[in-house]
Amino acid sequence: MTTTTASLHNAAGREVPAEINGRPTLPFAGVDGRRPDGRKAAPPIRSCADFPADGDKRVAGLKEALRRAGLRDGMTIGTHHHFRNGDLVANMVFTAAADLGVKNLRWFPSASFPCHAPLLKLLENGTIHHIEGSMNGPLGDYCSQGKMRGMGVLRSHGGRWQAIQDGEVHLDLAVIAAPTADAFGNATGDRGPSACGLLGFAQADAQYADHVIVVTDNLVPFPCVPWQIMGQNVDQVVLVDKVGDPAQIVSGTTVVTRSPDRLRIAEHIAAFVRDAGILREGFSFQAGAGGITLAFTLFLKEMMLEAGVRARFVRGGSNQYLVEMLEEGLTDYILDGQTFDLDGVRSMRENPGHLATSPFTSYNFHGKGNFASMIDVVVLGATEVDVDFNANVVTHSDGRLLHGIGGWQNCLTSRCTVLAVPAVRDRIPVILDRVTTLCGPGELIDVVATEHGLCINPRRTDLVEALRGSKVPLLDIRELKTRIDRLCGGPPAKPRLGEEFVAAIQWVDGTTIDGVRRVVG
Amino acid sequence: MTDQPRFQAGRRGDEVRGDCWLGFDPAATGDLEFDFRSRVEVLYGEATRELLQELFASAGFANGRLSVDDQGAYPFVLRARAEALLRQVLQDPLWNAACEPVAGPCPPTVRVRPRRSRLYLPGNEPKYMLNAALHGPDAVILDLEDSVAPAAKSQARSLVRHALHSLDWGACERMVRINQGDAGLADLAALAGAPFHLVLVPKVERPAELAAVDAALGDRDVLLMPILESALGIENAFAIAQASPRNVALTIGLEDLTADLGIAKTAGGAETLWARSRMVHAAKATGLQAIDSVYGDVDDDPGFRASLREARALGFQGKGCVHPRQIAVVHQEMAPRPQEVEHACRIARAFEAAQARGQAVVSLGSKMIDPPVVKRALATVAAALEAGSLPTDWREREPKSA
Repeated sequence: MTTTTASLHNAAGREVPAEINGRPTLPFAGVDGRRPDGRKAAPPIRSCADFPADGDKRVAGLKEALRRAGLRDGMTIGTHHHFRNGDLVANMVFTAAADLGVKNLRWFPSASFPCHAPLLKLLENGTIHHIEGSMNGPLGDYCSQGKMRGMGVLRSHGGRWQAIQDGEVHLDLAVIAAPTADAFGNATGDRGPSACGLLGFAQADAQYADHVIVVTDNLVPFPCVPWQIMGQNVDQVVLVDKVGDPAQIVSGTTVVTRSPDRLRIAEHIAAFVRDAGILREGFSFQAGAGGITLAFTLFLKEMMLEAGVRARFVRGGSNQYLVEMLEEGLTDYILDGQTFDLDGVRSMRENPGHLATSPFTSYNFHGKGNFASMIDVVVLGATEVDVDFNANVVTHSDGRLLHGIGGWQNCLTSRCTVLAVPAVRDRIPVILDRVTTLCGPGELIDVVATEHGLCINPRRTDLVEALRGSKVPLLDIRELKTRIDRLCGGPPAKPRLGEEFVAAIQWVDGTTIDGVRRVVG
Repeated sequence: MTDQPRFQAGRRGDEVRGDCWLGFDPAATGDLEFDFRSRVEVLYGEATRELLQELFASAGFANGRLSVDDQGAYPFVLRARAEALLRQVLQDPLWNAACEPVAGPCPPTVRVRPRRSRLYLPGNEPKYMLNAALHGPDAVILDLEDSVAPAAKSQARSLVRHALHSLDWGACERMVRINQGDAGLADLAALAGAPFHLVLVPKVERPAELAAVDAALGDRDVLLMPILESALGIENAFAIAQASPRNVALTIGLEDLTADLGIAKTAGGAETLWARSRMVHAAKATGLQAIDSVYGDVDDDPGFRASLREARALGFQGKGCVHPRQIAVVHQEMAPRPQEVEHACRIARAFEAAQARGQAVVSLGSKMIDPPVVKRALATVAAALEAGSLPTDWREREPKSA
């Protein structure tokens, strides 16, 4: 096990590991502090003469496909998480790799979930060296305890694309779970018995990996349309019994909160959007998954009907509530990054106003602009926020790494970013002097919405001005922190951490914004 | 399976949050030994052990084995649970653990104030108490009666006591619903010194029952709201309303009333129309507020609104709430209607104009307005402002034509 204790200070004043898995760290240099040059990475040159003229790229079994792909020790394998907690393919890939006796693989998922807990034993036995990607649940816990051989690297959805494009991560092999595909490798997520919606996260893998394998449980005769993944990028196609359980894409994301405190937060945010003048004809918004943000969508919808205004577009994570807004004409388009329930999957398949997007269109640092920065208001969650509006979305206050970044960092560039958080959760204060782990700099966070009221970042004097006369309760974030500390019996003790870094948190531009240290005890 | 500790307090289980369970076996010698598990061990484990140690020492117990299962209990809950446990150990139902207020002093008791919404908070469940005031009810009711299981009554007293002392209840009127009869008097004894404004007395049937509560409250500036929940209570409504100078309102409990009548409670409520009207008349005849029962189906918004409209039409001024989401709906529905507000604004403008001219008589056009009508109009304007249905700059706005 490699342990790294050497550190650097970055522009946010955080201590970050001096090197990450053998590469020197680029410390965070400010929100717009990095402008890399050079040319983007590219996959090796191939020739169609080396592929079957009849277009049939099928191979019998994943193990055989990995063997043909030339899988060997130390390679990097990418997978996507459109099935969220219902993914079956990542486990198949690494089990097959273990059967082939391959060691020290770097797993580069767009996110991992509790369903990937079986891979813990392959981390233990050295098949997988380390994970670079969001770790939700048991894998994050494993990493927090310092058990992983390499350092975890957490990137946003856009950051993953950036790392591939500028060569920070070289993808040797991509394995793409596809709910429907043809033998040529054209693939889509919006249909088939395991339909999960879109495959946007996998597009970078398809375009940049040295070798691309599509794994499907629903093979259709050529052509598979729409082809979200183009067969021209695909080397091999493998048919398996089942690629994922679409019922699990909904887990924890589609239930509107019933908690009166959380409903209060949601209602206040909607009222804020209305009273600050953001709610107007042709506006746009994005609300992430989760109980409060779903409730926000419903409150906002009521206010849109009352005011007689329509949105031009909303960005998803789509779900039944956004789909209803599309179908009722309250928005012209859903620009969707991932479908969070089966209504979203159906709508994407059937409604031309429901568009599949990818981190490239919306979040990518090396793109020529992003949809994310064009959105009028975005509502997100966080595990902690500090009095300078800095926020944490990956670790709990006890220091354990339990969540991924997702598109969270990328969304912070919207015109108005609102974090919806309870000020305290069962004596765990969410408003702190200093966040345990910095994921988003306070200068990008405009409003922190809690059950006690809304704290507006003092930088946004325009919002403070716009809310004059509004009944939305406002309060100073430091005053709120004092109130919560008093209730909890003083500020919380700091987490017990070791010296060793177990993970690095990357900013959207590939610099390191914070380090995560091993949790002790 | 190890033996259960001799003394226990609090709650444990998968659903428990923001609460704790304590078990204690006293010993003659040695230290206070902890068997300690906490969801917030890293953040507050040390602070929690110190607090418990201090509370046990204050009761004279430095020895024994204290088991703790902490699901994120706030200090006021830890203090309340320790108090409930130590009351058993000391066999002293009035032993008090020190309270630690997190908010300013309790505002004084006010006899005349809006009581449109009063939010019920189960007396043994701390998690609903924490943010109750943020939802802006006119009043909170810390309930020691029907929402508390018989076995939990005594520890609920400790929790309610600490919650009243410690939490920030904002501008809410602080009400306590006690138990019936002697248990209710014991509730009041346990809450001696705790800051609250009003006692809801359940199932009152005869004026004498209020006299006992009255006496138990001594010289405290505490108001009463009797709850009529039986045929006899309804028949005695007028006498009960007059039974104590502390009375400020009458309210009604329809579940118990229909049970007493041996009939089913229906959504339409025709079977209790007479009882409710009788109670309204008794209240109005004695200068008290008439407050309606609760509406139990939290998800039925249209049904709730219909019941509020009916209550308002019958003369009720408020309604009990079983969920914070009902509060804003009560305030909307109990607020005066637009035509009433418009008319009241016209009278209020005329009143202010007359005052500015030093005239005693208020007139609207050629019509003189009687003082009680002016008073009601000013109250309507105030209520509409309170409900947010009238803009604060209403004086500058052009009145619509009559």
